[in-house]
Amino acid sequence: MSGLKQYLKDTWQGIWTVLVGMKVTFKHLFVPAVTIQYPDVKINLPERARNRLYVNMDDCIGCDQCARACPVDCIEIETVKSIPGEDLGLTSNGKKKALWVTKFNIDIAKCCYCQLCVFPCPTECIYMTDVYEFSEYERENLVYKFATLTEEEAEEKKRNYEKYMAEKEAQKTAAAKTKTEQPKTGDNK
Amino acid sequence: MYDILYNILGNQVVAWIIAAALPLFVFILPFALFAVWLERKVSAHMQDRLGPMRVGWHGVLQTIADIIKLIQKEDIIPAEADKKLFNLAPVLVFAGSYAAFAAIPFSSKYIGSNAEVGIFYVIAVSSFVVVGILMGGWASNNKYALLGAMRSAAQIVSYEIPSAIVILTMVMLTGTLSLDKFSQMQTAYFWNWFILGGPGSGITKFLLIPFMIVGFTILYISTLAEVNRTPFDIPEAESELVAGYHTEYSGMKFAMFFLAEYGNMFAVSAIITLLFFGGYQSPFGYLGNTFKLPWLVPIEQVFWFTGKGIFFVFVQMWLRWTLPRLRVDQLMHLCWKFLIPYSFVNLIIVGFITLFR
Repeated sequence: MSGLKQYLKDTWQGIWTVLVGMKVTFKHLFVPAVTIQYPDVKINLPERARNRLYVNMDDCIGCDQCARACPVDCIEIETVKSIPGEDLGLTSNGKKKALWVTKFNIDIAKCCYCQLCVFPCPTECIYMTDVYEFSEYERENLVYKFATLTEEEAEEKKRNYEKYMAEKEAQKTAAAKTKTEQPKTGDNK
Repeated sequence: MYDILYNILGNQVVAWIIAAALPLFVFILPFALFAVWLERKVSAHMQDRLGPMRVGWHGVLQTIADIIKLIQKEDIIPAEADKKLFNLAPVLVFAGSYAAFAAIPFSSKYIGSNAEVGIFYVIAVSSFVVVGILMGGWASNNKYALLGAMRSAAQIVSYEIPSAIVILTMVMLTGTLSLDKFSQMQTAYFWNWFILGGPGSGITKFLLIPFMIVGFTILYISTLAEVNRTPFDIPEAESELVAGYHTEYSGMKFAMFFLAEYGNMFAVSAIITLLFFGGYQSPFGYLGNTFKLPWLVPIEQVFWFTGKGIFFVFVQMWLRWTLPRLRVDQLMHLCWKFLIPYSFVNLIIVGFITLFR
């Protein structure tokens, strides 16, 4: 008899537990979904989220401090000194720019998002943005070129500087020549 | 249906072809498209997800996109497969599930075949699916496909016993095998449904109610197992058997298995509706009768029938996301040690009630 009792009890428990489970799942049918329709809706990023780097070239003075701070050497900066008479303008915090930044490349594929480049910047022109969708098919497309000068302009600035230096050198040598020649003439007199 | 078409068209062959193809294009295909979408939405929302959202409003066109993808796919036949059987199997499975629709009355005016042995025919022809499944599993020459097919065959054959006994109980109670007559008996209001003791009044009606509920539960569980749905989906247990008997199928042949599965889901829901929930009858009377619009009644009947059917399909999906999969021994245990004894006891008690009413 106890066997039959157990059998009926088992049956009832089987049905009852299924109904309990069904109640749970039915409730979940009306729970708002946690899914976010990603490209249309995006979660707000945390306040100090670190994503793609951006450089505001108007403020960059070409000091190379970010490149030196970078632990993975993903920033490449080349500069050319300006010649007197060239006005490069001021940065937003009033510093005078002295260098033409002919190359400012950040290879974001190498970047480790440590943000160490951001802190040393004296003009706060390099910073992390909230852009995190920048996948590319080609790896070289991940090298971001921030330099505002075109290649020709950069070449021109380089030539200008070389010319200026050469002129200066020439002046120097000329001056030295005159200096060395003067006593000679004096001797001659 | 055939008679109406014959009267309109006047050509036997054309009327015959249209009558045969109509349920496929009017009902099974759209239903499968809808059910696949519903399944994905129900499963998603039960897991607090959203499911397909991109194609159309809340992803309603997702299945159409999937079908287009399936049509474009390459039809791969494994090199070592038995090609003839491999190609025949999905057709057979689909034919088995499609044939069941012939005897299902969607309304008093729309029955493929108003056979006197309707329910018997449906039981017989739905077993046909087993042959196709076994054939597909064997012909694939894949151990997982074969294992899945063997499990499926064992499962379907076992679970046909309790479902047949419950159907026998209902046949004994009503004294008919015709599905249309089953529906006609449960006319007017929902308290005439067999789940609530059937038409008539008096003490026997109330005596019948608990046994009808037991019968319904047994039939629902066993038909669930017959269509290989979770928690009885061990033939396609993806964690053990890749995908079961249709592992090697791709493209349209896979789609045919899929279509057959969803067709079967509705077919068994339709049987449950017909036996216990009033078939195509409305639970609250017809608008067509109150407003004196006789043509509206069959349309309402189609609505009620598909509505009830889709509700039971929904419950199947609901159970899928509620219960974990049974082990093979548990499956057989449930069938032979619980469902069959209960259905026999139910048969005997309902027999006595029928005798003394």
